[in-house]
Amino acid sequence: MAEASEPDGNRIHQGSGTKVSQPRLWHFHGGLKLDARTARAAAEPLATVPVPPRLILPLTQHVGQPAEAIVAVGERVLKGQPIARPSGYIAAKVHATSSGTIVAITDHPVPHPSGLSAPCIVIETDGQDERWDGYEPLPHYGELSANELRARVRAAGVVGLGGAAFPTAVKLGAGSGMKLLILNGAECEPYICCDEVLLRERAGEVVTGAQVLMRALEIFRCCVAIEEDKVLARRALEKVIESAGESRIEVISVPAIYPEGGERQLIKVLTGEEVPARGVPPDIGYLCQNVGTAAAVARAVLYGEPLVSRIVTVTGDGVARPRNLEVRLGTPIAALVEACGGYTDQAAHLLMGGAMMGFPLPDDSLPVIKGTNCIVVASREEIRPRTPSMPCIRCGECAEVCPAQLLPQQLYWHARSGELDQLEEYHLFDCIECGSCDVACPSQLPLTQYFRYAKTELWSRDRDRARADVARDRFEARRGRLEAEQEVRRRRLEEKTRAAERARGDEGARKAMIDEALERVQARRDQDGRDGTDSER
Amino acid sequence: MKFAPTVPPHIRPATSVTRVMGEVLLALVPATLAWVWYFGPGILYNMAVAAAVALACEAGAIALRRRPVVPQLLDLSALVTAVLLAFCLPPLTPWWITATGAAFAILFAKQLYGGLGYNPFNPAMAGYVVLLISFPEPMTRWLPPLGDALGLASASLDPWQSLRFTLTGLLPEGMSWDAISGATPLDDLRTQLSVARTVEEVRAGILYGSLGAHGWEWTSNWIALGGLYLLWRKIIRWQIPAAVILGVCIPATFFWLVDPGTHPPPTFHLFSGATLLCAFFIATDPVSAATSRSGRLVYGFGIGLLIFVIRGWGGYPDGVAFAVLLMNMAVPAIDHFTRPRTYGHAG
Repeated sequence: MAEASEPDGNRIHQGSGTKVSQPRLWHFHGGLKLDARTARAAAEPLATVPVPPRLILPLTQHVGQPAEAIVAVGERVLKGQPIARPSGYIAAKVHATSSGTIVAITDHPVPHPSGLSAPCIVIETDGQDERWDGYEPLPHYGELSANELRARVRAAGVVGLGGAAFPTAVKLGAGSGMKLLILNGAECEPYICCDEVLLRERAGEVVTGAQVLMRALEIFRCCVAIEEDKVLARRALEKVIESAGESRIEVISVPAIYPEGGERQLIKVLTGEEVPARGVPPDIGYLCQNVGTAAAVARAVLYGEPLVSRIVTVTGDGVARPRNLEVRLGTPIAALVEACGGYTDQAAHLLMGGAMMGFPLPDDSLPVIKGTNCIVVASREEIRPRTPSMPCIRCGECAEVCPAQLLPQQLYWHARSGELDQLEEYHLFDCIECGSCDVACPSQLPLTQYFRYAKTELWSRDRDRARADVARDRFEARRGRLEAEQEVRRRRLEEKTRAAERARGDEGARKAMIDEALERVQARRDQDGRDGTDSER
Repeated sequence: MKFAPTVPPHIRPATSVTRVMGEVLLALVPATLAWVWYFGPGILYNMAVAAAVALACEAGAIALRRRPVVPQLLDLSALVTAVLLAFCLPPLTPWWITATGAAFAILFAKQLYGGLGYNPFNPAMAGYVVLLISFPEPMTRWLPPLGDALGLASASLDPWQSLRFTLTGLLPEGMSWDAISGATPLDDLRTQLSVARTVEEVRAGILYGSLGAHGWEWTSNWIALGGLYLLWRKIIRWQIPAAVILGVCIPATFFWLVDPGTHPPPTFHLFSGATLLCAFFIATDPVSAATSRSGRLVYGFGIGLLIFVIRGWGGYPDGVAFAVLLMNMAVPAIDHFTRPRTYGHAG
């Protein structure tokens, strides 16, 4: 990495002017060439889903602390009105996504790999979709400070729309001195094409978003990475950039290799630099945002429109007409499938996310949340059952494809035998769980599963250790305290004995000591008497 | 509507252990045919015996360990071990020798360590070394290429007579070993050099061809072709074959340039004996090889170097089996010292 680190950041934007040039790219290690499976969904134009009768809005749709509800049951809310506020720094607001009445604030199943329920605000919609306009549009954002822009992004509840859902305002607080803003339009995972459709149909919003973000970060360079097979998206974006005369934004085609859309992988490809293992991209001067996030930022700032909807790819052999939909957050998945012509008789599995990292959902009553980029209704053909696994033959293909340059076969070995220290030694926590090793494994081993499990084992070990450390500290503190007390007592006794010995030879001193003792007794008696009357009173 | 659970990733591997092993077997077909052409059908008999014994031992061991027998036999790994062992044996080998080697390879070198994936040593090479030490004489009785057609031997066996020999260990009436056998080129060169002849003189003999020796050089060509097929199919990666070849060629070239009279050229080393078989098919056994890219280079180069050293100064004409087993021992150390740098970590 050292060989390519210095000149790159600068080199990308060497050529000034509107014409987009294709700079030299680097490679990230490994990866897979996967069938995109987006042809059918991407061919359809963007459509919208009608307002559903009920909206279910989880208080946690982002990474960080859950939001706190600020509305009560029975209250009427308008579209875009805040209904929950962030409870900490890393958190995001939640807004009503259509007008209606709050009917419940209660636990409801949420789309999460754990399959658990979490607190949600349920709105019964009135169908009027009446808008709340508490946020003033800021078309002259160029005159605002970075802090003011950041405050607006935070107020609008914008989070990363690429899937991770990290609060955007927190990312924008990374500080000044960034080299480059990277807009990630490289959705490399099979099935997902919401960013492609966004770029094709709303390139203007993405470009405006890029301009706002550059202003908020006080930087003057941005590149938008798009996979090379998405020609229409690229063309649409280039057209907007050209007509806006925007020379700070550059479009870069990157090869379609999974998991290129991973922030760390994309940065490596664009700049040749690596994000430090325990660090974040701003540590090396880059800030990565999804293109959808940029569009959401543009709407929040220019139109005062909070994040109430997003584009979701609905696809798979299990839906009649795969396509991309603009969806209000909180809409149940069943309504999305309805808008795509309903289920086919092949529908067998439901995924949120793509074919590699998407997680299964038990049923279609779960709502779309901020991080929902794709819904796959897969047939049994598309997701075949796993064949029984064979022993690892150490072929090393997993290591060949691992984008984090790990040795999955070694990690698997240690995970199986529960050697937790070795797992840390082999950098288990650098695993991004992309699943590439599973797909490369001739022994059909569920490697990623092992790694997820091993990570939880390590976390729980660390928790146990921390708890044990606290207990030991307390025990030692107590022992120290007892010893110190004993020591004091011993000294006092010693002193008394010495005094008594001294007094034995001296009659006067002896009498004085007896008087002193009597006085002490008298004093205590008086004290007791007072206390007694006190308590009686 | 309810849906069935599934675990990410949802894309299944396009490959399997059976496919890997099957491709290896397929890649050995041309070399087997060439072998039959030059040395008669003996290798087929050896393969049959080795395969039968290997599969039986594998099945028995798996049954004893109370594991499902059929899926593990279908992984074809025992078959690959048997075929590679057969490639190392002389064309005329009595069945009990082959059977001993195959049984040792599967039972001791593989199943006692835990079966597929757990054996630290290459099973075929372990089985072969046991035979080399236990049956030194029959293991060095080779047939000359093309039988008596080149004039290297005064008689040769027909396929039927070879089969009888495999089953009984008896030559036909009136035929002696002296009449039908011939030394391998590596053996011949070694003997001749020891009586102070030069490499050039030796290689002028009718046994020798343009690269190595008749028969061996052509089977080696077909083996190399099979190896290229495996590379193309991504069953093996280039590091081990390249490193083995370099490990043999670099010292061979050096010594040949210094003293061409007593050292054969590097091409001779490549195309005689089992160098290419080792480079593409034996050293590339993933289970017993080093796993990282740089580790594979070290591992392969070590094998190549040891092959050259054992051929030049060791007690055996060819050193492939010993070289592989010795480097197998070094694998844990190589793996330890050649861990790749993880993304985002300093080198």
